[in-house]
Amino acid sequence: MKRYSFLELAKNAFSAHQNWGRQWRAPEPKAEYDVVIIGAGGHGLATAYYLAKEHGVRNVAVLEKGWLGGGNTGRNTTIVRSNYLWEESAALYNHAIDLWDGLSQELNYNVMYSARGVMMLAHTVHDVQVAQRHIHANRLAGVQNEWLTPEQAKEYCPPLNISKDIRYPVMGAALQRVGGTARHDAVAWGYARGADDMGVDIIQNCLVTGIKRGADGAVEGVETAKGFIKTKKVGVVAAGNTTNVMDMAGVRMPLESYPLQALVSEPVKPAFPCVVMSNTIHAYISQSDKGELVIGAGTDQFISYSQTGGIHITNHTIDAICELFPHFRRMRMLRNWGGIVDVTPDRSPILSKTPVSGLYVNCGWGTGGFKATPGSGHVFAHTIAKDEPHSINAPFTIDRFKTGRLIDEAAAAAVAH
Amino acid sequence: MLLIYCPYCEVERPETEFHNGGEAHIARPADPSKTSDEEWAEFLYMRSNVKGIAVERWRHIHGCGRFFNVVRDTVSDKILKVYKVDDPMPDLEALAKEAGR
Ligand SMILES: Cc1cc2nc3c(=O)[nH]c(=O)nc-3n(C[C@H](O)[C@H](O)[C@H](O)COP(=O)(O)OP(=O)(O)OC[C@H]3O[C@@H](n4cnc5c(N)ncnc54)[C@H](O)[C@@H]3O)c2cc1C
Ligand SMILES: [Zn+2]
Repeated sequence: MKRYSFLELAKNAFSAHQNWGRQWRAPEPKAEYDVVIIGAGGHGLATAYYLAKEHGVRNVAVLEKGWLGGGNTGRNTTIVRSNYLWEESAALYNHAIDLWDGLSQELNYNVMYSARGVMMLAHTVHDVQVAQRHIHANRLAGVQNEWLTPEQAKEYCPPLNISKDIRYPVMGAALQRVGGTARHDAVAWGYARGADDMGVDIIQNCLVTGIKRGADGAVEGVETAKGFIKTKKVGVVAAGNTTNVMDMAGVRMPLESYPLQALVSEPVKPAFPCVVMSNTIHAYISQSDKGELVIGAGTDQFISYSQTGGIHITNHTIDAICELFPHFRRMRMLRNWGGIVDVTPDRSPILSKTPVSGLYVNCGWGTGGFKATPGSGHVFAHTIAKDEPHSINAPFTIDRFKTGRLIDEAAAAAVAH
Repeated sequence: MLLIYCPYCEVERPETEFHNGGEAHIARPADPSKTSDEEWAEFLYMRSNVKGIAVERWRHIHGCGRFFNVVRDTVSDKILKVYKVDDPMPDLEALAKEAGR
């Protein structure tokens, strides 16, 4: 792999940057792999990367029906934070935060992780109580999170309207300073390049259509658009399409898939210093380094695989943004889009073995899994390599829906991230 | 935004008048004390989450307030049939064929 450095940059300037070469190969599938990952989103690619890097499992294929990073990974609003309620979640999301910190160096790829702070607004007495409960729980669990008065919130984010006259006045905010944003595409590309370099085959335009099981029930391989591929281990990391893929192996899932939307404005000079989220009035916003305001809306209320949401959902979000940040009122929105998010009943993900031997699943990240990408891939690789969960993902089984041991993050993640 | 026909009010109205009630035809276990953990999990949490022709419940909250069932293609979001709660599930294969799927 050509390592990126200042020297390389200078060297390539002499040939007008025409000779950088490909970042990863475009191989045809081999007849057999030790592990096949279904889905080349951030989570699938990170899984392949850590399988190769930490477990020496390099005979791995990542199969992707479209282009790598073209699912929710390339469609999300890139918010990173870890202030979830329960200790199980704190461990999982904090594991990711720890990895975000050195990720650009680790991958030799600038993922533009920017810990600019994530502020979650409270607009009602109930919001205030919930936020403070979270802050206390977080501090006990060693997760950074602090309470701001409306005035302190405005100081942290000057564009914020803290007037008492608006429909849902700001009554305070929870701030996680280590939260922030990262460049979504770069995360997928960085992991892809790193995994490819260690021998992982990333095969794009390769829809998986079936999972073959032997007489003993164990996985024997996958049917794909590019033919049958033999393997004893399959990791399903297919986000909104997980139910479908698991159906191929006869495993029922506690998931529902909904369109979730986001939109960006025309680019402007730096005007917004942090990330602001409001679950109550369904809006979250940050500014990309390119200058666009990146705005996230809610989900549609019904199951859909259309990758577009209803326009009334985005309108509702824009109403909220205009009230909270009146000086954005005249900005034009450039693009909006949708992704299909897979939501669990307790709003926590599933990183688990399954009733089928050799079949593993990483899903249920719903509206908020981008932030967990490095940690998720790291512990899921462990689960596949060792055929047993890492202690961090041990509670996130499918079985919890049978035992009743749910990890209820609905209050933290019901709407946003 | 969907346009949904309420079979009780007998009018077509915008989606915002309705609330989606999730997958239709999920029956509550008849005898709770004889229901196993697997069966409870199936009833409470497991969902078909169909990509294609799905049956779902809707409630006309800003109208008559009543529940009814809808057959919808979850890829195109096109509604193929609306029927009252007590009516049996229609022949989905026939509906799929009609819709050209
Ligand atoms: C609008 C929006 C905003 C969001 N905002 C945030 C946010 O601010 N912060 C946050 O933390 N999270 C956010 N999320 C959630 C986040 O994007 C996801 O949880 C995360 O990216 C999931 O990553 P993934 O790799 O599991 O899924 P994906 O990136 O969707 O990857 C799954 C891949 O599997 C492929 N696939 C599916 N079926 C098959 C098949 N049969 N054969 C082959 N390939 C298949 C798909 O093509 C896809 O590329 C948001 C999501 C959306 C849609
Ligand atoms: Zn009605």
